[in-house]
Amino acid sequence: MDRDKHGWKWLLSAPALLVLIAAASGPLVIVGVYSFLSPGTMGGVSWVFSTEAWLRVFMARDIFDPEVLSWNAAHLTIFWRSIWLSLQTTLICAALGFPTAWFIATRPPSSRTLWLFLITIPFWTNLLIRTFAIQELIRNSGTINSLLLWAGLIDQPIQMLFTDFAVLLGMAYVFLPLMVLPLFAAMDKLDFRLVEAGYDLYASRLQVLWHVIIPMVKPGFIAGSILVFIPAIGAYVTPRILGGGRTMMMGNLIGLQFGQGQNWPLGAALSMLLLIIVVGALVFYLRVVNREEDTRRG
Amino acid sequence: MKKTYLLGAAALLASTSIASADGVLNIYNWGNYTSPELIEQFTADTGIEVTITDFDSNDTALARVRQGGHGFDIVVPTHSFVQTWINEGLLMPLDPEIVTDRGNIAPQWVDVAFDPGREYTVPWQWGTTGIIVNTSIYDGDINTADIILNPPAELDGRVNVIPEMSDVMAIAVYAAGGDDVCTDDMEIWRAVRDSLMAAKPHWLALDYGTLDSYVAGDIAAGVYWNGSSMRARIQNPDLAYGYPATGYPVWMDNAAVLADAENVENAMIFINYILQPEHAAMLSNFARYANGITGSDAFMDPAMGEAPEIVIPDEFIAAGRFSSACPQEIQDIRTQIWTGLLQ
Repeated sequence: MDRDKHGWKWLLSAPALLVLIAAASGPLVIVGVYSFLSPGTMGGVSWVFSTEAWLRVFMARDIFDPEVLSWNAAHLTIFWRSIWLSLQTTLICAALGFPTAWFIATRPPSSRTLWLFLITIPFWTNLLIRTFAIQELIRNSGTINSLLLWAGLIDQPIQMLFTDFAVLLGMAYVFLPLMVLPLFAAMDKLDFRLVEAGYDLYASRLQVLWHVIIPMVKPGFIAGSILVFIPAIGAYVTPRILGGGRTMMMGNLIGLQFGQGQNWPLGAALSMLLLIIVVGALVFYLRVVNREEDTRRG
Repeated sequence: MKKTYLLGAAALLASTSIASADGVLNIYNWGNYTSPELIEQFTADTGIEVTITDFDSNDTALARVRQGGHGFDIVVPTHSFVQTWINEGLLMPLDPEIVTDRGNIAPQWVDVAFDPGREYTVPWQWGTTGIIVNTSIYDGDINTADIILNPPAELDGRVNVIPEMSDVMAIAVYAAGGDDVCTDDMEIWRAVRDSLMAAKPHWLALDYGTLDSYVAGDIAAGVYWNGSSMRARIQNPDLAYGYPATGYPVWMDNAAVLADAENVENAMIFINYILQPEHAAMLSNFARYANGITGSDAFMDPAMGEAPEIVIPDEFIAAGRFSSACPQEIQDIRTQIWTGLLQ
């Protein structure tokens, strides 16, 4: 009887599974295969096997002496910048998201829905439009500078647009809800009797926060960090519009290869590398969560 | 991009649902580039309903049409890409029975290297990539690549360079004494790399730079297109357009019929339609670029006939050069320099 049920379950979910597998792995396989081919003329690929693209991800041939191979400093700098900016974004989102989620979680249940609803409102507007809105705010002749000038606080506009600050601001703004929601979910399940118990045992507010609340909402922190970090590292629009394109992130480097660079295999290899970084982050997450559960059980 | 796909889907829907009716035409063109007035008039004159789908780069357009199943009839590639389009068999030779007015093409635009004798393409718009400067901030000589490569103190940190690799490379190659943007003279490339790397700390951004950011003074100077510069100057008379004396890129976008077009006859009718001076002028009045059709001046906005951005001053005509598409190994060098620049 049980086995029968199982059979049905698989049969009924087969169409959905097939679509999922085909839609998820199909494009991946294509990108994977492309990364081992040679570039075609003006984009595209020519069907000649080559490991050059993968080599070029990490190594650079000297432009003026193709025999000389060295670490690809430009690519490594771009990878590092992407990872570093994404980590900073994650930290900022965590720092802002925690109090926000706490505020929502401690409202009476009737108004919580409203607060959560407000958090999701930015998703109603297209990312591009929100990014341009930020640009409008921080540009030299934009709202903030105009107000400061008018108030006499500054006598020259502050250059905010086209800086790393602008990129961080934009990314933190865009990804903040992705941190707040899992944090809220974790806090929602928090047993507040434990907090009271902490106070009863003469813990200070800081001690309660550090030893009781944070360990208990840790899964929320980790889930939120993953949700922020993964899209941040592949971000394309925000760095391009707010960063002014002076420096690239991984998404822009990949975009360059498929566009003006006309080197699809290199773009494909870089995309695979990005995927590997993301999978690495996920594996790290699963390990941490599993260890947590093990220690809790133990 | 998303918008492009949606429009594309709409175009496909439109082309399949009325496939039997002979009144449709699907144009695949750069965004904000096709005069709506012209399209309205074309539909009124011929009864052919036109759908326009935008692309944002030559690479995007080429990649999409190569895949097939696009449903487009007309495409408007830039000159440096035309040879690739023709060689890959993506374009259809123009039908001399319908496209009867190729004689209207201005003589210097007929025997062009990318399509000798205009077998496949007709001019859409042409222009130059030069330098825009806010003269209230810097009033020195603006007809020099030094504005970008060695910015004067007034412009230090206030220069924007469009992120178009081929345009920026071209200006740098010419400034380094090169003739050919695809040169295999490595000393030129070394000079190009060094000059760009030295210049970048003085740039504010590598952005497409909205018209408004020049008009409002957020950006004091930059590499920019002539038509856009004219539009900016109309809003802020302090803005001026400079032609780097060492050399600057000239480009031309060209309309062509796709080899797998579904509405071939309508497409040919449209091609001949834009060869008429009054219609070519409508394209120019909208996009603010010149069109390469003899006699269109008479129908053009008078402001364009005098605009220093559109009418190249005599002393700078010779410095304008058509860039070509580079072979893969040169393209590789350019991409490496570019990546190093933006690292």
